[in-house]
Amino acid sequence: MTDTALQAKAPTTAGSDESEGMSYLESLPRRLVTLYLPLFIILVVLLFPFYWMGLTSIKPDEQLIDMEKYNPFWVVHPTFKHISKLLFETQYPRWLWNTMYVAVGATTLSIFASVLAAYAIVRLRFKGADTVGVLIFFAYLVPPSILFIPLASVIQAYGLFDSPLSLILVYPTLLIPFSTWLLMGYFKTIPFELEECALIDGANRWQILVKIVVPLAVPGLISAFIFSFTLCWNEFIYALTFLQSTPNKTVPVAIVNEFVDGDIYKWGSLMAGALVGSLPLVILYAFFVEHYVSAMTGAVKE
Amino acid sequence: MSTIQTSLPQAAAIGEPSAWVRLKTNRNVIALWFMLPAAAFLILFLAYPLGLGVWMSFTDEKIGRSGVFVGIENYEWLWDDSIFWLSVFNTLLYTIVASAIKFAIGLYLALLLNRHMPFKAMIRAIVLIPFIVPTVLSAIAFWWIYDAQFSIISWSLIKLGIITQNINFLGDTSWARASVIIANIWRGVPFVAITLLAGLQTVSPSLYEAATLDGATSWQRFRYITYPLLTPIIAVVMTFSVLFTFTDFQLIWALTRGGPVNATHLMATLSYQRGIISGRLGEGAAIATAMIPFLMAAIAISWFGMQRRKWQQGSDQ
Repeated sequence: MTDTALQAKAPTTAGSDESEGMSYLESLPRRLVTLYLPLFIILVVLLFPFYWMGLTSIKPDEQLIDMEKYNPFWVVHPTFKHISKLLFETQYPRWLWNTMYVAVGATTLSIFASVLAAYAIVRLRFKGADTVGVLIFFAYLVPPSILFIPLASVIQAYGLFDSPLSLILVYPTLLIPFSTWLLMGYFKTIPFELEECALIDGANRWQILVKIVVPLAVPGLISAFIFSFTLCWNEFIYALTFLQSTPNKTVPVAIVNEFVDGDIYKWGSLMAGALVGSLPLVILYAFFVEHYVSAMTGAVKE
Repeated sequence: MSTIQTSLPQAAAIGEPSAWVRLKTNRNVIALWFMLPAAAFLILFLAYPLGLGVWMSFTDEKIGRSGVFVGIENYEWLWDDSIFWLSVFNTLLYTIVASAIKFAIGLYLALLLNRHMPFKAMIRAIVLIPFIVPTVLSAIAFWWIYDAQFSIISWSLIKLGIITQNINFLGDTSWARASVIIANIWRGVPFVAITLLAGLQTVSPSLYEAATLDGATSWQRFRYITYPLLTPIIAVVMTFSVLFTFTDFQLIWALTRGGPVNATHLMATLSYQRGIISGRLGEGAAIATAMIPFLMAAIAISWFGMQRRKWQQGSDQ
């Protein structure tokens, strides 16, 4: 409980977001050297690969390979050739659709399972609830890198090999532990009294969950959803192992396998592919920054 | 909580409910139903494969052919395999160097972001972007930045007169190791920085004010206020960071696939190479299982860190 309380109050107690604190004691030149300059350098390094990705994807081929005549840091006659080639001459839209389908499917399943599990652990207090909570935390720490070989034979045995459905069923193992821990934190902050009132009024557990707990935990659900969606989009090793045929691949796997043809002019389409594949997540992130940050820090702090 | 527990027997006394109704309102039975979906996923696709993987490491299973039990033959084979030991060395080097630098830069960035400045929320949002973008896609961008012929880094260094010819970033063993470590640091710093920042924000500014009045220097403020209060969250964040770095697969696979001459093979990539590409599932599973002791150590440290956190908060759990 203390953890959650701390977490909820964090921005207000410290008050460091808005308050000036002791920063007025520093002179401007000093702040320039100790704060703005290092921050600027770090930001440039962090963002440069994206600039480079975007620039390459709109650069005509001759400028890509002639670095003497044209300044490589800029583009003179930008072209959408790479992007249109990507969208109309390859199966890229299909791969995007696969990725989206898998991410939405797996995320929805996991959130459903996590809401039920988190509610049971936090509020039903069944025998062994604490042990189950700890086990779920351990499940979060099991990495895909040690599971993909046995999982490949499990998937083969179920006849799901080379089907996006296999990913929809496997990804929840990455998402449920995380979402459950996050939602447990949110459910703990909902007052017991509300549930007691509902119980007295004759509501059963399912009604309490659907009509009281879930509506109050909407911010937590959004956080869990966004974070899970990003994890699905990012997942690589299972998709690489389970999907074989070209039309069934997800964006990350297809980019790595389908564009690498030794062609010197591959870079334009490769970068366009990486850019278009990242954009949906960046746009989603731009709308839900706060939820995203609270998901990331919440799961660590719990 | 206690009200719920006592209200159930009272209700039972009034209506004398049947065994079925009592079963329906029994918390343990309801909880079983609520836990079912999550448990089904985690048992079928996590716990069972985990056990199966350990079992497979004791068989000679290959793709398309079920294996027979061969005891510890796979491990004996690996013990004498210099490429396996090279991958263990690479994994440890990669994990230790990348995690240490990620921690240093991440903590520094968190301290910077915790200070008062304009557009703070926006800067913080921008910092996290490398973490949002799928690793493989940003690794592809790094692949292009590290290109042997058209690398922008080589070009800039040549123009600045520091080097005379292109650096073969991913073709030379030392450069390849350094390059993948740098790409990993780039990707991991935002996570460390933002989670540590969340920890920093719970530290009350009045502590710093009091210390400043007592004449503490900025180093002393960091050493005796920030660091002790941040230790528990550092333990957790770094455990996660180490765990994810140790089991990294996608960055290496997108950049080098373990080359040149196995110089960047991590245990995870070697396991994929042997298990899936060469089809020797048993041997691949043995390499993956060999990672488990290291992961257990990381989890133990995480657990220890959290216990200490509870102790610091005065909880007697």
